[in-house]
Amino acid sequence: MNALTNQATRTAVSVTGLRKAYGEKVVLDGVDLTIGVGEIFALLGPNGAGKTTIVRILSTLIPADAGTATVMGYDLGREAGAVRGVIGVTGQFSAVDDLLTGEENLLLMGRLLHLRAPVLRERASELLERFDLVDAARQTPATYSGGMKRRLDLAMTLMGRPRLIFLDEPTTGLDPRSRQTMWQIIRELVREGATILLTTQYLDEADHLADRIAVLDHGRIVTEGTPEELKRRIPGAHIRLRFADAASLVKAARELPEGTRDDEQLVLRVPNERGIRSLRDVLARLGDDVAVEDLFIHTPDLDDVFFAVTGNVSKEETR
Amino acid sequence: MSTLTLLTFAAQDSATMLGRELKHSLRLVRLLIVSAILVPVVMLLLFDYILGGTIGHGLGDAARGAPYVDFLVPGILILTLAGSCGPTAINVTLDMTGGFVDRIRTMAVTRGALLAGHVGGSVLRTLVATTAVTGVALLVGFRPKASVADWLAVVGIVAAFSFALAWLSAAIGLVTKSVAGANGSTLPLQFLLPFLSSTFVPADSMPAGVRWFAANQPFTAVVDSLRALLTGTPAGNTPYVALAWCAAIALVAYLWAQASFRRT
Repeated sequence: MNALTNQATRTAVSVTGLRKAYGEKVVLDGVDLTIGVGEIFALLGPNGAGKTTIVRILSTLIPADAGTATVMGYDLGREAGAVRGVIGVTGQFSAVDDLLTGEENLLLMGRLLHLRAPVLRERASELLERFDLVDAARQTPATYSGGMKRRLDLAMTLMGRPRLIFLDEPTTGLDPRSRQTMWQIIRELVREGATILLTTQYLDEADHLADRIAVLDHGRIVTEGTPEELKRRIPGAHIRLRFADAASLVKAARELPEGTRDDEQLVLRVPNERGIRSLRDVLARLGDDVAVEDLFIHTPDLDDVFFAVTGNVSKEETR
Repeated sequence: MSTLTLLTFAAQDSATMLGRELKHSLRLVRLLIVSAILVPVVMLLLFDYILGGTIGHGLGDAARGAPYVDFLVPGILILTLAGSCGPTAINVTLDMTGGFVDRIRTMAVTRGALLAGHVGGSVLRTLVATTAVTGVALLVGFRPKASVADWLAVVGIVAAFSFALAWLSAAIGLVTKSVAGANGSTLPLQFLLPFLSSTFVPADSMPAGVRWFAANQPFTAVVDSLRALLTGTPAGNTPYVALAWCAAIALVAYLWAQASFRRT
């Protein structure tokens, strides 16, 4: 295999100069993306950043105003039919049929995918089993919890064994346990060879799942990289130490000159670039004779990312 | 893919969507019995027992000596047909506003299969409803004088008009963005046009302003042909006029619906 075909078979999604505007409102302002086969790629951004628009364009729902895109080697504009044959989409809003039972929903998808009768039944019961929906299979989604509905929605997407799966905010509105279940499912899908493009507003979700993250703001990708790379670029992580009296604060500030002092609140903020290791290091340098009254570890969140890469005012600064 | 495969898929997908629509109808069967059968039956009883005496006298020659109920029942069948417009438009709107259509569009499903399913479901529901209403009509004294061939023609015209109205309703359901809008926009089809036709009284008995419109609009052509066939009177070319209307409405509505489906 030469380098060129190798490149082509390893790229799941390739996007250049994608633009979309609704009238005066520019939603996507020149987006470039490359997603490798077998990757979990996260598009991270606040509401209105353009995440859903990218998913809608790449899943053939709406045309782009400008730019080119290939999906699993097919041109999005000229080969939309072929693209539809290899993708699966689970949107932000539930797309289950509320009048059909869980099982009937899966069978409906299978029939529309032209699966043969024995395969159809087998695949449906396999997915019901896997997504813990066996007991609810003969009930309509009206009786389901939010997490169950989301799982059914995803199971419907998987009836056709898509090679590229779009997950638009898959855990928004879910309780923590359902969220964990969803994360586990997503990891399994990738182990089985699927490629995933997921959008999220949660930094920790992108952090837990994604191989690579692109941060989207006002229709532009403002930064991109592995979770580790991104976090290293974000200066928001710090340890906040509060002291009983001014003397302790002064002493601590001498030991930790990289910290920022707040004399009024008796607080010292020390940058925390390496997590627990930094923490151990900070405590060791303080020694036993400085009395720390309170300690708070601040991990970077979406606000910090935005502050760092867009210069937008973050929550921390406006407080 | 060969044309034959594409056609097979188109037929398969439409059948799948029709199956979905019929399952929906079964799940909502109580609602449908009320809206599609009970409402026309109540209209039948109201017009026959409460208003029928006076209207029947006023009909004069138009009744051809038969009781008003024989004149009325073809009109009630039209009302039953028109009543299906609301639910059909609403079903299409519900699919469009929920995530279902988006899901279908991201799959390699034949475009148009979803609408074909809605239209097919609408026609089948209407045939069941008109049969039930006809049954009640027979119980309250409706005495048709139609031959077997006449009955077949009646079923054919009912199916054709239902098909045309279903495409029209589907198109309306596609362009209205809410359930209330879908229902509201079909109200002229459900009530105004039936009343401004020979559904309850002959068109030539109406005030001069609406007489021409009532005499020449599609509902009148359809109801007049049903009436002629069911009462065994000469129908002339009216059934052909009715079928031509059905074909024209179906074609225009089909093109409108397909164009709207692509645009949304």
